[in-house]
Amino acid sequence: MAKSKALLIDITKCVGCHECEKACTEANHLPKDDGPITDLSATHFTYLKSFNDETVFVRRLCMHCIKPTCVSACLVGAFTKTDTGAVLYDESKCIGCRYCMQACPFEVPRYEWGSLAPKIQKCRLCYERIVAGRQTACAEACLVGATVFGDRDDLIREARSRIDGNPGGYVDGIYGLTEAGGTSVLFLSSIPFEKLGFPTNIPNEPIPDLSWRVLSQVPKYAVAAGVTLFGIRWITARRTEVARFEAEERLRAITGQREG
Amino acid sequence: MKFKGMLKLTFWKAVAIVLMASGFAAAVQRYALGLGATTNLKDTFPWGIWIGFDILVGVGLAAGGFTIAATVYIFGIERFRPILRPTILTAFLGYLLVIAGLMADLGRPWAIWHAMIMWNPHSVMFEVAWCVMLYTTVLALEFSPVVLEHFRLRRTLKVVRAITVPLVILGVILSTLHQSSLGSLFLIIPGRMHPLWYSGIIPFLFIISCVAAGLAMTIVESFLSSRAFGREVELPLLSEIARVIVVVLALYFTVRIQDLMSRDALRYVFVPSYQSAMFLVEIVLGVVLPFCLLLSPKVRTSRRGLFYSAVLVLLGFVAHRMNTAITSMEHWPDRMYIPSVQEIAVTLGLAAFGFTAFAFVSRYFHVFGEAPHCAVVEPVAEPSALASASLD
Repeated sequence: MAKSKALLIDITKCVGCHECEKACTEANHLPKDDGPITDLSATHFTYLKSFNDETVFVRRLCMHCIKPTCVSACLVGAFTKTDTGAVLYDESKCIGCRYCMQACPFEVPRYEWGSLAPKIQKCRLCYERIVAGRQTACAEACLVGATVFGDRDDLIREARSRIDGNPGGYVDGIYGLTEAGGTSVLFLSSIPFEKLGFPTNIPNEPIPDLSWRVLSQVPKYAVAAGVTLFGIRWITARRTEVARFEAEERLRAITGQREG
Repeated sequence: MKFKGMLKLTFWKAVAIVLMASGFAAAVQRYALGLGATTNLKDTFPWGIWIGFDILVGVGLAAGGFTIAATVYIFGIERFRPILRPTILTAFLGYLLVIAGLMADLGRPWAIWHAMIMWNPHSVMFEVAWCVMLYTTVLALEFSPVVLEHFRLRRTLKVVRAITVPLVILGVILSTLHQSSLGSLFLIIPGRMHPLWYSGIIPFLFIISCVAAGLAMTIVESFLSSRAFGREVELPLLSEIARVIVVVLALYFTVRIQDLMSRDALRYVFVPSYQSAMFLVEIVLGVVLPFCLLLSPKVRTSRRGLFYSAVLVLLGFVAHRMNTAITSMEHWPDRMYIPSVQEIAVTLGLAAFGFTAFAFVSRYFHVFGEAPHCAVVEPVAEPSALASASLD
């Protein structure tokens, strides 16, 4: 896999047909249920949220960050960022601490709460399909081209040209270009992203750096603390030794005087 | 005679038995039905009181172990030796309970050993896991002389005594790393936490606050055990500890407020909300009030004053860690969390088990009182103990 793949989702083009949800359910062999999907869940890896009296539709799915927080948060390394761009989860490693759910800035990972051997569930960017040279199920199912699949670099160029070609039609900015250091799912919109439920307080640097800054100091701290504590112990031990010696000296002096 | 004392049913024993039984029943339910059916955890709120209380608070209350051990063994302040063993026991039991709580909370507890062989050094949770494993081992070794003495295992005792100082130093390093890493867990969640609690210096705040809490725990436990075993409290020692607590609280308060100011977050205190109310409880009742109380020598040297001030310090500490893990992530109305009956039952059951185990161990082993009178162990005296003897 030469280049990292990505999705570009143009909110202005989406007509709200929910075909992406259906295709996702099918491609991931998830249970089909009747009623409308209301949120991401262990059995729904994407869903379409409507805004402005059901005129604007926003897809929610794993953002497949370039430097994913879940990958760095998982203590047993159950998450990996693959060459395809997909962030994958390996249940055979997972111990179920749910730190990934807590850590994800987009609150994507979902849990099988009802299971006795619960797994994390989320969009896999159709990893097997990409490896086989196909596009994701949602992109293939999209009738109006609101979700398109491609190389991330190409999609950024495409997004840029859409904004430049229709200045009034888009908010000037691609969501996912820099958020959390960049993601493999990119959004274009005519309405400011914060009004569509996108978290906009996400740092523009990779989030794992926030904890690595502290974690990387641990060995230095351990060595420094060890040396300091041994030093203090050495001084206090020496001090008591000297005190004992002096006490003995005094005792000897007194007894010596008596004898003399 | 000892057994007679054990079998007599008192009010608190009855309470402990009920709590442990209901905790056990709740734990059975949790393993039979899963997390979803027995907890109020959900996708938007994946961590509850088993993390916020059982683990974050449990580890913090065990901090007396490393502070008192360092005081005696590193700084050579021998007069604190009488309270060394009870604090080490508290810490050791505390860590065992933390592991028990973790086994309830983990979705796949049978895979917990993965932490030993599947490494991700970029994860704060990795550091937390290794600190728990290593420090529990260190605490077991630090407490082992009590058991070895009891069974007169002289040779093993000699070995443990010989490595006591390196062990204590390792314990201080691991313990401080563990306390701070529990805070570092939250560094990665800037977006989700209320600004009154999210801060780049959480790990540092966690270290300062655990020192105050560990020492306050030493005071409280000394009072409780004096009542249970009918022995005298070490009042002058505890007053001295209270003085240290005053300094630590002052440092904590200064750092906490400075941090809020530097992040321009202090203004949230004055916006009436659930979060600002919880913050005020935490800071005013749990930091400022005990600080003012313990500042007075009269309070510091009175039994009642000491006890209640220490309880307030513990309250403030519990509030800070629970607020960090739970309150700061709550959002009305879509993201609220109230623990389920089972979550509360397991938590209370574990706490009751901790008290019971402490009472049991200190009844059958030599935990309290002067240096062990067991003749077998006398010859392998500590150099520092010798020194203090000669100084007398």
